[in-house]
Amino acid sequence: MIIKIVAIGIVATVLAIVLRKEKPEFAAAVGIITGIVILTMLMDDINAVLQSIKIASEKAGVEPRYIALLIKVIGISYITQFGSAIAKDAGEGAIASKIDLAGKIAILLLSAPFLFALLNLIIGILP
Amino acid sequence: MDTGVDLIFKIAAIGVITAVLNQLLVNSEKKELGLMVSITGLVVVLLMVVKEINYLFQTIKTLFNL
Repeated sequence: MIIKIVAIGIVATVLAIVLRKEKPEFAAAVGIITGIVILTMLMDDINAVLQSIKIASEKAGVEPRYIALLIKVIGISYITQFGSAIAKDAGEGAIASKIDLAGKIAILLLSAPFLFALLNLIIGILP
Repeated sequence: MDTGVDLIFKIAAIGVITAVLNQLLVNSEKKELGLMVSITGLVVVLLMVVKEINYLFQTIKTLFNL
């Protein structure tokens, strides 16, 4: 599995280097497709990791919605990083930083209810 | 969909073919035809890429319950 992925990465890198001189837009397409192929190959493994995290947290008695939130945040950061890396690869650093910002805002928005619950708890404890 | 290295090779091959065709057409004094070939190749590749991106995002959505 890992050898296969590394081989795909090396081959795609060589192809992208060859294409970058003549046609930079096709080099970007090769980069995107390589990322998608590798992520698709990893999907089953990611699913297994997530399942084991869920089982372990159930055994430890953590509330399931906290783990669900954690998994959602991981997914958002995954997609965000994928997009921003592609933008950065194509030389668009400004777009990449905007995608990063959007991901941070989305994560903040998702975790805001929990953050405010914690703040309310602290304020309630304070005399 | 055909997964794996096939897709990478396919897109790289389209890129090489378009580059060669572009060079040939430009050298035989047909610059506008070369541009057309470049744009067509780019559109074909972008259509393939968009399909794959959609597939990836659907998978991530179901995987992480987004």
